[in-house]
Amino acid sequence: MSQSQQFDLDINLILSQKVNLSAVERRCESIIKRRSVKKKSQVEWLLNTIEFMDLTTLAGDDTPGRVSRLCHKALNPVRKDILNDLGISDHISAAAVCVYPNLVKEAKLSIGKYKIPIASVATGFPTGQIPESIKISEIKAAIRDGAREIDVVINRDKVLTGKWKALYEDIKQYKTVCGQNHLKVIIGAGDLGTLRNVVKASWVSMMAGADFIKTSTGKEPTNATLPVSLVMIRAIRDFYDLTGKKIGFKAAGGISKSKQAINYLILMREEFDNDWLNKNLFRIGASSLLADVERQLEHHSTGSYSADNRHPIV
Amino acid sequence: MNKDIREMNYGPSLESSELALKWLSKNNNKFGHFINGKMTTPINTFETINPANLDILASISKGSLSDVNNAVKSAKVAFKNWKNLKPFERSKYLYALARLIQKNSRILAVLETLDNGKPIRETRDLDIPLVARHFYHHAGWAEILKDKFPKKEPLGVIGQIIPWNFPLLMLSWKIAPALAAGNTVVLKPAETSPLTAMFFAELCIEAQIPPGVVNIVNGDGETGAFIVKNKQISKIAFTGSTEVGRLIRKETAGKDKKISLELGGKSAFIVFEDSDLDSAIEGVVDSIWFNQGEVCCAGSRLLVQEGIQNKFITKLKRRMSKLRLGNPLDKSTDIGAINSLQQLKKIKSIVASGSKEGANIYQPKIEIPKKGFFYPPTLLENTHQSMNICQTEIFGPVLSVIPFRTPKEAVSIANNSRYGLSSSIWTENINLGLDIAPKIKAGVVWINSTNLFDASAGFGGYRESGFGREGGEEGLLDYLNESSKPLISVQKQKKNKNKKIEKNKPKTIDRTRKLFIGGLQKRSDSGYDKHIYSSNKLIGQVPLGNRKDIRDAVESASNESKWRSMTAHARAQVLYYAAENLDLRKDEFAQTIQLMTGENGKDEVDQALENIFYFASWADKFEGTIHNVPIRGVSLAMKEPLGVIAIVCPDNNPLLSFIHLVFSALCMGNTVVVVPSEKHPLCAIDMYQIFETSDFPPGAINIVTGNRDELSETLSKHMQVDGIWYFGSKDGSKKIEENSNSNLKQTWVNNGLSYSWVDLPKEIKMKSLQKSIQIKNIWIPYGE
Repeated sequence: MSQSQQFDLDINLILSQKVNLSAVERRCESIIKRRSVKKKSQVEWLLNTIEFMDLTTLAGDDTPGRVSRLCHKALNPVRKDILNDLGISDHISAAAVCVYPNLVKEAKLSIGKYKIPIASVATGFPTGQIPESIKISEIKAAIRDGAREIDVVINRDKVLTGKWKALYEDIKQYKTVCGQNHLKVIIGAGDLGTLRNVVKASWVSMMAGADFIKTSTGKEPTNATLPVSLVMIRAIRDFYDLTGKKIGFKAAGGISKSKQAINYLILMREEFDNDWLNKNLFRIGASSLLADVERQLEHHSTGSYSADNRHPIV
Repeated sequence: MNKDIREMNYGPSLESSELALKWLSKNNNKFGHFINGKMTTPINTFETINPANLDILASISKGSLSDVNNAVKSAKVAFKNWKNLKPFERSKYLYALARLIQKNSRILAVLETLDNGKPIRETRDLDIPLVARHFYHHAGWAEILKDKFPKKEPLGVIGQIIPWNFPLLMLSWKIAPALAAGNTVVLKPAETSPLTAMFFAELCIEAQIPPGVVNIVNGDGETGAFIVKNKQISKIAFTGSTEVGRLIRKETAGKDKKISLELGGKSAFIVFEDSDLDSAIEGVVDSIWFNQGEVCCAGSRLLVQEGIQNKFITKLKRRMSKLRLGNPLDKSTDIGAINSLQQLKKIKSIVASGSKEGANIYQPKIEIPKKGFFYPPTLLENTHQSMNICQTEIFGPVLSVIPFRTPKEAVSIANNSRYGLSSSIWTENINLGLDIAPKIKAGVVWINSTNLFDASAGFGGYRESGFGREGGEEGLLDYLNESSKPLISVQKQKKNKNKKIEKNKPKTIDRTRKLFIGGLQKRSDSGYDKHIYSSNKLIGQVPLGNRKDIRDAVESASNESKWRSMTAHARAQVLYYAAENLDLRKDEFAQTIQLMTGENGKDEVDQALENIFYFASWADKFEGTIHNVPIRGVSLAMKEPLGVIAIVCPDNNPLLSFIHLVFSALCMGNTVVVVPSEKHPLCAIDMYQIFETSDFPPGAINIVTGNRDELSETLSKHMQVDGIWYFGSKDGSKKIEENSNSNLKQTWVNNGLSYSWVDLPKEIKMKSLQKSIQIKNIWIPYGE
């Protein structure tokens, strides 16, 4: 991604966005009942789920040891014997690991020569309530330590008070600092109050140069939901129609079950052309989801329901 | 990972049909009828097939005349006990049906999908849950019926004929309210989708519904005709084509039989530029590609504001490419099979004719199964109102696109149809949405939503989409009658005594009475007057109106817009003022009545004045209701005027009956063309002087005197008349009902019997109000 992929702020476009909550909810209720993924397809979809996953740890008690374990799990997400049983000979891994800036260095050590990127949250995650200058240094530090993807949070106050221009300038600045590295903009949907704010924040982020827009921090009262995701996805689609630029979508926070993850995949598959179904354009940020996916995969391979202790913990 | 895995295909995800097929074979794949609580032996059978793979599912008996007669007989016998059951007892039976439907919901869904061809997602998530909901809701009505409607009673045996597009759902819409109200039923399922009705019959046995309360006779149109013609049946409730609806109207004419018709549609799906376009796209999908478009209220005309047309159509085409056509039992199927070969051929031929008319056909490149009756989702572009394809109901997954410029134009295009079933309005501007909804001529309007149904909200049409409602209080009322009888069997004709006419009175100035049309006094087109006698003595003349006068009167009533748009309060003021003005001249009117009829005119004028007050009082109080529909939102059941009501007055109590009928129609905002009593027209025609001085807008009321049956013939056939009330002869009543099928106008006839207008019970007065309105349900989901 290059810095030239930024666009002027079009305030009228931002203000003209329309969302009908009831209709969006109806679509979300219906879409997951309109499609069913069973048996062999379910295995395939679950394997893809792993490959879309930003395996994440973002907690106060994160230590180098914890991060190291996460990295190894990201590189070996499913027991080899299960994959063999399912007839999968290819290597699979999570899309990325996602950690606090302080732990990027440790993650870099663990990932070593492997190709999966390290994502770091930044800009005063999760609330963004720190001075802008510190945010910039935080992004710089993360990149310096080896992060190739930066998950920034926006200033939600600027959405709530309609300061679109200021929000745009913030994000534009983050992108400039990120340079070639992926910028994922977390809009913090759970703090924004309305879907209309969600769609407006999405547009501002995309205009300002986001490579991805991301639903939530995982620390808000409500995190990723299908309605929030649907309006963001629709914004991405409209943005593509307008500019020709494909923006990625990341759902994060509260996705802990395979069934939930598959619902997001259905949403992506139905709302986009198939080319959005790859890890350059779609991610699921999750911590405990992987364990459930593993159990489901083992169930498919053995026919018996699985248990947590049979899978290496994250 | 390899490419196959990365592609993430859905793969097959089939709902098992094993148990449903087992149930069929348990019945030897043969079904008779359900009469008097028992299944009859199958004879004289036809086959019902799975339209998705052409497998024969079962053989079904074709109901004969004697089958129908037996069913009606058993229903008639059962009625006596059923109507007298304690509310709690009836309620428990309906509750048991609701529960049993829920317990058997999956097998019912599978059976429906096999027989009809619709996707399992729809039968599982929409049809069957709504069926259960209808029985629950009406179990409640059975319990509280007498509290809510103490002066109402059931009608008797109801004949019900239902279509193939929502087989079990339509059965529940018919049976649940009929039973709740205390009626018994004879129902005929559609011949291409009878199986769930047969399963329902078993549930009736399981629920121990008393024998004869529910009877189900299978068969085709011929069997249906036996039901329609049966003299023991009090009411026919029909859902199906407008064509058959017309036949039913004609067949039942003059037989004092209630009917309710839920017919075709060509509904408008209106997208304003300020709507949430992506949500509106999903609305289109749910509107026209729901149930293969085989939905009477399908939004088959897409009206898009011109500025967003290209953007919207681009989005729509992209969305169409995601629709999945295929095995209806596959849980990932959006569009299943068309119900029959006949319907498939009809769709193909209408689309072909549309293509000839110049429409561009767009169909996405999606897989279509080789076997079975499948038709792809279809978008017709470059279509115009002038094309047949924009007027004819297709009943298939075919959508026409028509651009509009302004809200006003959207309304006029939407209303430019013989039908008036439903409409869907998409805008994020609440002012716009709530402005447009009442302007659309349709029984159901969905704002920012579509195809929402519930047992608590009435469903039904305006215009040639039929009349009567299903669901809600309004639907229940269609299965109830007033317990007081307003009719007096023998018309009381008192001798004209004319005692008080004084002899040797000084000569009064000659009086010329004229017609009253468009607020003006007009001479009749014929140029003739009709002489009015009393006891062989000439007492005055009235103009002899003819069909051209009727034409002018209807035109002025139809073009009138001020009266309709007045607030109810303002209308009431005008009505009260009319009472004031009549009161000033009451001696004169009393004398005229006495002169004409010999009866006490003073009493009649007094009652007329009271009637005016009565209806003026109701003008702002006969309100709509808000239904508790199961969404975050409301459904407003608005009482709207019918439009133009033609009133043909009786001869008895010539002023009182005139006032009663005209003012009940006026108070709800209708405009009126009235034919006063043929025999005693003088005081009614004199009323125009009262109207003139009481601030009625021109055209709100039009009076044409003359030959009753000649004038009512023209009125009953007139396409611009929305309702006709006729109080004349028995033959005349029959004629009116027959003629009304031209545009399926609503009728109220006396079948030659006479109403006693003096001291009418309140509930009969209320009936006039009920006849003056039709209910529109406006669904408004909300939330931010």
